[in-house]
Amino acid sequence: MEIAFLLNGETIRLRIQSATTSLLEWLRESQNLTGTKEGCNEGDCGACTVMVTSLADDGSVRRQAMNACILFLPQLHGKAVRTVEGVALPDGNLHPVQQAMVEHHGSQCGFCTPGIVMSLTTAHAQGRDDFDNVLAGNLCRCTGYAPIIRAAEAAHDAPVPEWAQEDIDKLRMLKGGDGGDAYRPRDLDQFAGWYADNPDATLIAGATDVGLWVTKRLQDLPKVCFLGGIAELQRVETRDDHLWIGAGVNLNDLREFIAPFHPDFAELIRRYGSMQVRNAATIGGNIANGSPIGDGPPALIALGATLHLRRGNDRRAIPLEDFFVTYGKQDRQAGEFVEGVSIPRQADNLRCYKISKRFDQDISALCGCFNIAVEDGRVTSARIAFGGMAATPRRALNVEAALVGKAWDEATIRAAQPAFADDYAPISDMRASGEYRLMTAQNLLLRAYHESHPDHGPTRVLEVQP
Amino acid sequence: MSVNKPLPHDAARLHVTGAARYTDDLPTPANTLHLAFGLSEIACGVIRSINLDAVRTAPGVVSVLTADDLPGENDVSAAAHDEPLLSDGSIHYAGQPIFLVIAGSHMAARKAARLAVIEYDELPALLSIDDAIEADSCFEEPLQFLKGDPDSAIASAPHRIGGTLEMGGQEHFYLEGQVALALPQEDGDMLVHASTQHPSEIQHKVAEALAMPFNAVRVETRRMGGGFGGKESQGNALAVACAVAARLTGRPCKMRYDRDDDMIITGKRHDFRIKYRVGFDDEGRILGVDFTQYARCGWAQDLSLPVADRAMLHADNAYHLPNARIISHRLRTNTVSNTAYRGFGGPQGVLGIERVVDHIAHALGLDPLVVRQRNFYTSFNKLNDGQRPQTTPYHQKIEDSIIDELVAALVEKSDYHARRKAIADWNAQNPVLKKGIALTPVKFGISFTLTFLNQAGALVHVYSDGSIHLNHGGTEMGQGLFTKVAQVAAQSFGLPLEAVKITATDTGKVPNTSATAASSGSDLNGMAVKAACDTLRSRISDFLRDHFDAPESDVTFADGKVRVGNHELPFAEVAQLAYQNRISLSSTGFYATPDIQWDRVKGRGRPFYYFAYGAAVTEVVIDTLTGENRILRTDIIHDVGRSLNPALDIGQIEGGYVQGAGWLTTEELVWDDKGRLTTHAPSTYKIPACSDRPRIFNVALWEGGENRAETIYRSKAVGEPPFMLGISAFMALSDALAACSNGAYPALDAPATAERILTTLSRLQSGGAG
Repeated sequence: MEIAFLLNGETIRLRIQSATTSLLEWLRESQNLTGTKEGCNEGDCGACTVMVTSLADDGSVRRQAMNACILFLPQLHGKAVRTVEGVALPDGNLHPVQQAMVEHHGSQCGFCTPGIVMSLTTAHAQGRDDFDNVLAGNLCRCTGYAPIIRAAEAAHDAPVPEWAQEDIDKLRMLKGGDGGDAYRPRDLDQFAGWYADNPDATLIAGATDVGLWVTKRLQDLPKVCFLGGIAELQRVETRDDHLWIGAGVNLNDLREFIAPFHPDFAELIRRYGSMQVRNAATIGGNIANGSPIGDGPPALIALGATLHLRRGNDRRAIPLEDFFVTYGKQDRQAGEFVEGVSIPRQADNLRCYKISKRFDQDISALCGCFNIAVEDGRVTSARIAFGGMAATPRRALNVEAALVGKAWDEATIRAAQPAFADDYAPISDMRASGEYRLMTAQNLLLRAYHESHPDHGPTRVLEVQP
Repeated sequence: MSVNKPLPHDAARLHVTGAARYTDDLPTPANTLHLAFGLSEIACGVIRSINLDAVRTAPGVVSVLTADDLPGENDVSAAAHDEPLLSDGSIHYAGQPIFLVIAGSHMAARKAARLAVIEYDELPALLSIDDAIEADSCFEEPLQFLKGDPDSAIASAPHRIGGTLEMGGQEHFYLEGQVALALPQEDGDMLVHASTQHPSEIQHKVAEALAMPFNAVRVETRRMGGGFGGKESQGNALAVACAVAARLTGRPCKMRYDRDDDMIITGKRHDFRIKYRVGFDDEGRILGVDFTQYARCGWAQDLSLPVADRAMLHADNAYHLPNARIISHRLRTNTVSNTAYRGFGGPQGVLGIERVVDHIAHALGLDPLVVRQRNFYTSFNKLNDGQRPQTTPYHQKIEDSIIDELVAALVEKSDYHARRKAIADWNAQNPVLKKGIALTPVKFGISFTLTFLNQAGALVHVYSDGSIHLNHGGTEMGQGLFTKVAQVAAQSFGLPLEAVKITATDTGKVPNTSATAASSGSDLNGMAVKAACDTLRSRISDFLRDHFDAPESDVTFADGKVRVGNHELPFAEVAQLAYQNRISLSSTGFYATPDIQWDRVKGRGRPFYYFAYGAAVTEVVIDTLTGENRILRTDIIHDVGRSLNPALDIGQIEGGYVQGAGWLTTEELVWDDKGRLTTHAPSTYKIPACSDRPRIFNVALWEGGENRAETIYRSKAVGEPPFMLGISAFMALSDALAACSNGAYPALDAPATAERILTTLSRLQSGGAG
């Protein structure tokens, strides 16, 4: 497999031996670019953050902070990478973010610093100032983050260095004429045919999960297929009766798309992984890997989403909740893949509650999504789905039944709460005990009730100001 | 002036450009080999059989070693010789290294290490504090400090309460994992680069493992990517493994733990149980207190005995305890061998007494702040009119307390009283969310409690162009020690900081060093460097007086110039002149902390040269439906004496607070019923993230602070003490719980995860006793 990309402004053409060589390993072992650090090798600490610039087919520019430890080299094809060694100005002066980090004492041990610099440099180029989101995926054990935020604020208004535009110009030269190949398809139909014939291939979209198969489970993946080049899979569309989300849409794009329709789903996605993870992870991957603790499925199930599967030219559509058969088993045939998910257009009643040990960049202990419609004080419909409560993302059918047709009042809520025990028998693990999961699920129904009454006061600690 | 300035970290520019080299970044020879340990899957037992065939034949494997293959001592312990590098056939915890893979790449070594077939005869494992108590499994007889007659004082007190507090351990989560690199030298010598707080100990362990004298091994450490105590002894295994493998293969060997291995293999903060009984008067003044501390030490001693000692030594925190007993049990369990972690047992001891004071306040219906203030040690300012200093439970006089004044200033600055009232009003109006607030103090003893460790050496060269080469025994882990010590050197010669080249810690330059630990780095090494610089200044001054025939003249070093009599020369010229006149321009320096002596078994003496003080107010909010909780605002005033570098000191305070709050909130270590750690990666073990810092975070240094003890420029140690300011967050959570408890005391255990907050609330609301 041959790839071409830009590294700190220089064109790199590589013939790759192993398709699952990570950018981090390549930078450190082959290029002596040791500024990019390995902190965890699983995309959770951000010490390996780099900036990836890419051009969409329509010419629009995308800049993303990414974790190099779980970013495979083939994913970089046609893109521009900047590492911490490549962001200073040509005259030797520091990038405004670097300069501010020095002046505001933003580094102590310095090991997380390259990743912090790259997350902030990316945000700086984008003009963003939501630094808590920007840095959610960059752990620092020394500073307590306060001086880093001061540095980020200080650098915000400084001009973006010229290399940022130069990368885009060079990318335009680099692109074109690449029709892809079997391992890196660009055409959806061509891929569908190939995968039907090669069902043993490992599909890689964002690699935020498959990356760990390599770095942690130490698996060899002899046959892989990278889906990032298939533009058709990355479409979102607002259609008359539903919203269409292609399987290859990453979580940040999904957040942006869904926010006007279902703001609480967007807020849930804000707490999904980190900026770096959401830039890579796709909704198709989040669904297809069948995890019982993925945050996408509970919200989608509560919204009554339909999953669109495809094998060759055969397509079928199923309710999303039916896809999850049991732990580790989904209703997906060999050679079949997730093409997209559709959400029926509806009034927004969705409430999403992610419960985890840490607010940002944590995996849910439980994630409850409530889509309850009330008319004239009565519950007219209820779709409630949870992650983390069973071996699969699952609806709370008994709770729903205990609500529908009843008065929307506290007595109904109290009466419905015990039904959670009929729907779920959650396990205990390192994230939470089964007892806590059940008790909290019951209480979240109460939270949903309180939230329909503004006079009940605030219900979310994240919304409380000092 | 160079000292007292808020100068940036000396490596800041290197940090932000990625140019700062850590051990894993050092260029290595092309034939370098890479290592990985094969780990035990069980917690306790003996190896019945071990088949390493698949390991040996795995791609890239050069060699595989077991304990029988080692050329020297099979021990990587800090002191007790109870920690084999590779299992001697017995297994003491899940994750114990059994064999060592030497391979052509890091990945090849890791892959091969999973291919062993090992059969065990499993034995019942002692995992918990209860298991160890029941089996009477401990490393030494319980220690006791006794002051006065606590039993009588408690029995005759107007009020008595008691309780138990459980607190979890803590993973260091230094961002740079453990790593070492060994390069074989001629004649069997070994050069080791290690990410360690204790190069001398690495030197000693490597020498013993190679059966060589100490002078055959040189250890170099330029910097660590974080230490926090986790690199005081826990790097020994990697360095020894590399040295042994390098000896046997004749090739350079490097080892770094994958993060999961790091978290599984290495020790952590000790989890503790503290039981207490306390008697107090109507005002909340403590009359007598009886503590029993249980420390889960793990399978080997490591540093557990002095850690447990320091927990006892901080059982008073900032409070005068007229009658006190503190008993400490050092429990041996089949879990990872717990080790040094910022505060070194101090935080556990402090949390014990803070719980007691909080409990007293609750029992009397008083603001906990008032009870705290009534029990503070008397301020040194008030010791003038014949009042005798109060003593600690270990009979050291407290003659430098400023806690009263410092807390008064913080109460004012943070608007504590008005906010407490506003919070009560807010809570009355909001049924789902509740706020809490707490102010907690810290008083932390400065000195190694193993008294002989309180020494340091330095080596300073002045080159003939006037540039300075600085070396000392301390290590840089991000705390800014090198910057502070360079400031001291620059100050001595009246030079800008840029004139001083800071060089890697090197056992070949300064020998017999203590670990950079106990917050002592700048106190000890700053003084040693100053001593070396003073020697050089004095030599240069004598020479200049002689040279310019000005025997009575003062010689001054300032602004890059040296003045003697009517003569003024650039420092570089002086250096050249001294060189040409055959004056030695190199000196060692040495420092030993004065006036300390300590008998740990009797629990008597003066273990600490002085104390550092501080206080924090934290406001939190909890969700009564889910237990979710969050820090809203924190105000801190902390005493660093006369700061050597205010910017670095504030960095230590901010970072220490957040790390301390993390210990007591989101950071939860979970083991399964087989004794296997299930939280062995950042995906499952949650240190504070960016948004977890307080929304409002006001940190100030105690103004006009000056160490009453004669320390380097009257500064105070700052590495560990601010960690305990995080306790205010925990106590604020307790306060928020009390707001919804119908009168029962929350008796909150740590860490206060969302789950623990909710289960505590559930207990309180169902009428369970606190």
